[in-house]
Amino acid sequence: MQVRLNGELREIPDGLTVAGLLGHLGVKAQRVAVELNDAVVTKDRYEAQRIGPGDSVEIVAFVGGG
Amino acid sequence: MADGWSIGRHAFTSRLLVGTGKYPDFPTMQRALAASGAEVVTVAVRRLDLSKQGAESLLEWIPKGMRLLPNTAACFTADEAIRTARLGRELEMGDLVKLEVIGDRRTLFPDVVGLVEAARVLVKEGFTVLPYTNDDPVTAKRLEDVGCAAVMPLGAPIGSGLGLRNPYNLRIIMETVKVPVLVDAGVGTASDAALAMELGAVAVLMNTAIAEAKDPVLMAEAMRAGIEAGRKAFLAGRIPTKLHASASSPMTGLVGS
Repeated sequence: MQVRLNGELREIPDGLTVAGLLGHLGVKAQRVAVELNDAVVTKDRYEAQRIGPGDSVEIVAFVGGG
Repeated sequence: MADGWSIGRHAFTSRLLVGTGKYPDFPTMQRALAASGAEVVTVAVRRLDLSKQGAESLLEWIPKGMRLLPNTAACFTADEAIRTARLGRELEMGDLVKLEVIGDRRTLFPDVVGLVEAARVLVKEGFTVLPYTNDDPVTAKRLEDVGCAAVMPLGAPIGSGLGLRNPYNLRIIMETVKVPVLVDAGVGTASDAALAMELGAVAVLMNTAIAEAKDPVLMAEAMRAGIEAGRKAFLAGRIPTKLHASASSPMTGLVGS
């Protein structure tokens, strides 16, 4: 299915959960925060929260800043 | 002498808060952060670069025990800042946020209307909000009224190194609000930091002045000393200024008189 991932259209396997997507991307869950359709998904919901076609997913991390 | 301070339920000793941007490399940043003696470091929230998996994480280079203060830098609307603050909280698992709503790309001056709006929402969500604001006492009061735990007026534009352009407004802000006033942005060198503390600021937040100095580690030490000197001078109470001289040595009893 196609989703918008960090602003770019991307093909990912159907029916992934947030945890599944992070695993698919090789991202360590403890280092990131995730937004699904503009709302934060808390870490305790990663296993249960499914991603659907056309969803917008943002994966963010801390970088240097002032 | 214990001279601590606090924001909301968070207590601190160091009055220097430092950023983590613009350093030439992570090892230099790490040494500068340690040299600064800061207990709080600011960090930004950005999209993860999915093409660079396995890249070094900033967090590995922040000395242990330092508290992270996520910012909402480069957000131009209240909504963007609110979303970014929520993501920062999810990353940091704390309640502190340095709230920025920027109104102009060239000067990076705050959009104070959006700032107050975002602050109101975030305070209701339980954030301890530290807003980066203009040197305007009325805005500072509005921010206090919506529940901000501190106010952080700028000394000068972010990264400009111009020092404190309006020390009089900063003093008026300190008279106007009861919450802690931190000077954020504009500091260029140690005397600027000392001056902010002499005026009565509770603390100073800076990034570029240290990170882009020729020797960031040495500048971090200088800033730490400047903050401490300024704080002590503020507590000690400076003499009033006078137009004419007031002799330090006796004017009588000179030889040959």
